[in-house]
Amino acid sequence: MAADFVIEGLKATIEGKEILKGINLQMKGGEIHAIMGPNGTGKSTLASALMGHPKYEVTEGTAVLDGEDLLEMAVDERARAGLFLAMQYPSEIAGVTNSDFLRSAINSRREEGNEISLIRFIRQMEAKMKELEMNPEFLHRYLNEGFSGGEKKRNEILQMMMLDPKIVILDEIDSGLDIDALKIVAEGVNSMRSPERGFLVITHYQRLLNYIKPDFVHVMMQGRIVKSGGPELAERLEAEGYEWVKEELGIEDETVGQEA
Amino acid sequence: MTTQTILPVDAERLSELSQGSGEPGWLKDSRLQALALAAELELPKLEKTRIDRWNVNNYGSYKASKPLAALNEAPAAIAALIKDQEEGSLIIQQNSGVVYTRLAPELAAQGVIFTDLQTAAKEHGDLVQRYLHKAVLPGEHSIAALHAALWNGGVFLYVPKNVVIDTPLQAVLLTDDAEAAFVPHILVVADTNSSVTYVDNYVSDKTEAGLHNGAVEVFVGAGATVRYATVHQLGADTTDVTYRRAVVENDGTIEWIVGEMNYGDTASDTKSVLKGNGSSSDAKVIAVGSGSQKLNYTTQAQHFGKHTPSDMITRAVMRESANSIINGITKIEKGATRADGQQTEKVLMLSPKARGDANPILLIDEDDVTAGHAASVGQVNPEQVYYLISRGITRHDAEKLIIYGFLAPVVSQIPLEGLRNQLQSLVERKLGQ
Repeated sequence: MAADFVIEGLKATIEGKEILKGINLQMKGGEIHAIMGPNGTGKSTLASALMGHPKYEVTEGTAVLDGEDLLEMAVDERARAGLFLAMQYPSEIAGVTNSDFLRSAINSRREEGNEISLIRFIRQMEAKMKELEMNPEFLHRYLNEGFSGGEKKRNEILQMMMLDPKIVILDEIDSGLDIDALKIVAEGVNSMRSPERGFLVITHYQRLLNYIKPDFVHVMMQGRIVKSGGPELAERLEAEGYEWVKEELGIEDETVGQEA
Repeated sequence: MTTQTILPVDAERLSELSQGSGEPGWLKDSRLQALALAAELELPKLEKTRIDRWNVNNYGSYKASKPLAALNEAPAAIAALIKDQEEGSLIIQQNSGVVYTRLAPELAAQGVIFTDLQTAAKEHGDLVQRYLHKAVLPGEHSIAALHAALWNGGVFLYVPKNVVIDTPLQAVLLTDDAEAAFVPHILVVADTNSSVTYVDNYVSDKTEAGLHNGAVEVFVGAGATVRYATVHQLGADTTDVTYRRAVVENDGTIEWIVGEMNYGDTASDTKSVLKGNGSSSDAKVIAVGSGSQKLNYTTQAQHFGKHTPSDMITRAVMRESANSIINGITKIEKGATRADGQQTEKVLMLSPKARGDANPILLIDEDDVTAGHAASVGQVNPEQVYYLISRGITRHDAEKLIIYGFLAPVVSQIPLEGLRNQLQSLVERKLGQ
């Protein structure tokens, strides 16, 4: 079944400051939506609030995935319901190997007594790592510990591939990647495109969108989606920057929640 | 104010006991001198720990133990530890005495001695006398003095020159009678260029309060290697005070692996004295505290020899209202040029009532050395938990992964697979998983 994801009136605060001021967005399986915007406009907050980062408090709104409001769920329940966030700054966890971590994550989606067999799991993981041109040793490395920026991003995509989510949010997956790594990551994402799965790609560079072609492009400013369009919107932003959007909408300062 | 040491036995009774078990005169004298010292000495001074408030006087009295006719008669409390050990080298002490001793014949043929210390004092008197109480001195404090006066059972392991032993020799030390004194002494002597691994387990199975006053002395000869692994899993009934010392000659190596898995109050001090040039020490301590345990763990390396590396790692997880003081002391003496002393103490606290205090101390009297320390005390990092649960892992499982992950870098370095698995399951048990 194609995923159906509807965000309505989402408001969120951090330390009492409102960052998201009412986000509305509809996504269906098979679609790729890009969220663009300058720094400090609330893009990453949207990603974190949807996943349930403890620092952000959702004050209003819903985010309904296939009939269930994710915002009513604990973080792990959201993940098991099909939400996946590829993070901008993944945590490093010493002592927990990449494979133990991922196997726990897969088994958390399976009934007790029906855990994935070790051999099957390792085969799957090795195959996906090969696609991402990751060294097999990363299987046994501690989770993200000592990984370079690019290795961490590939590891996020590896997790996405293994966990088979319904809605994928990529939060600045392109930051810190050189062009070769960017291509590999984009190929990984593209290989996961399917009529069932939806993608929300957050970026402030159009560059990534050359490799992951969006169906819809949204511009965020001041904690809201201020403009939406097709792929041509991203191209215009790349060519002309964000100033014209601000002028068109009469926005002086596009940022949100930042002290002057 | 000084507190008078309460002597658990008088000189006359001690003398009778020694004679009654046929100990040589030098040993009887050594016990009596130590008892006299105990009366004068004070309790050890432990960093931020009031050991005087602990239950450290419950010695009980010497009670003869009945030897086991066969290994399958061993008490159920230690059955899992001695499973399939019929052919191995194994000593079992139950309360005040050793009840089972077996040395693999191929080792005996090479001149290896592995017997209880009381027997060794009779049969290998010169050898035992040369080393006994030379690393942990009875004059250090009242606990060491009482240990030297009262020690019973015990293990003596001697590995002759150039003998290399691959299979670990093992001991299990059980206290299951609170009235019986439990004061085992472990003495290991590894002669020049020999190599040996020794593993022991301390277990209790009783409900009344008791005390384990233990001492371990390891003498590592020139070019010799001793790997000493010890797991303490004494119950809440038993207060555990243990001093471990190794003296290492030229190019010798001591490797300590210590699992502190007790449920009662515990003070332990594990020290390597790097006497010879090129001698080295590596100490790994894994600890889990629970309930209302009071814990004081110290690791020490004292460098006298030139070109002497030492490394000490302690990782401790504290849950409930366990309180731990973790000390690391690296002492580099004048003349120990090119010594390299490293230490790390890390404590992970799982509850707001748990306490952990890491005290790294470097005392350096020589310029031409390298030394380093790292210490950290903290709680489970909420960002890490968020990351794991954002992949669908439950909070409970995420915390478990992080806790095991905290210990894993040390546990995974333990070279003995059986011991590694045993420690892993003891950690799980203590963490209530």
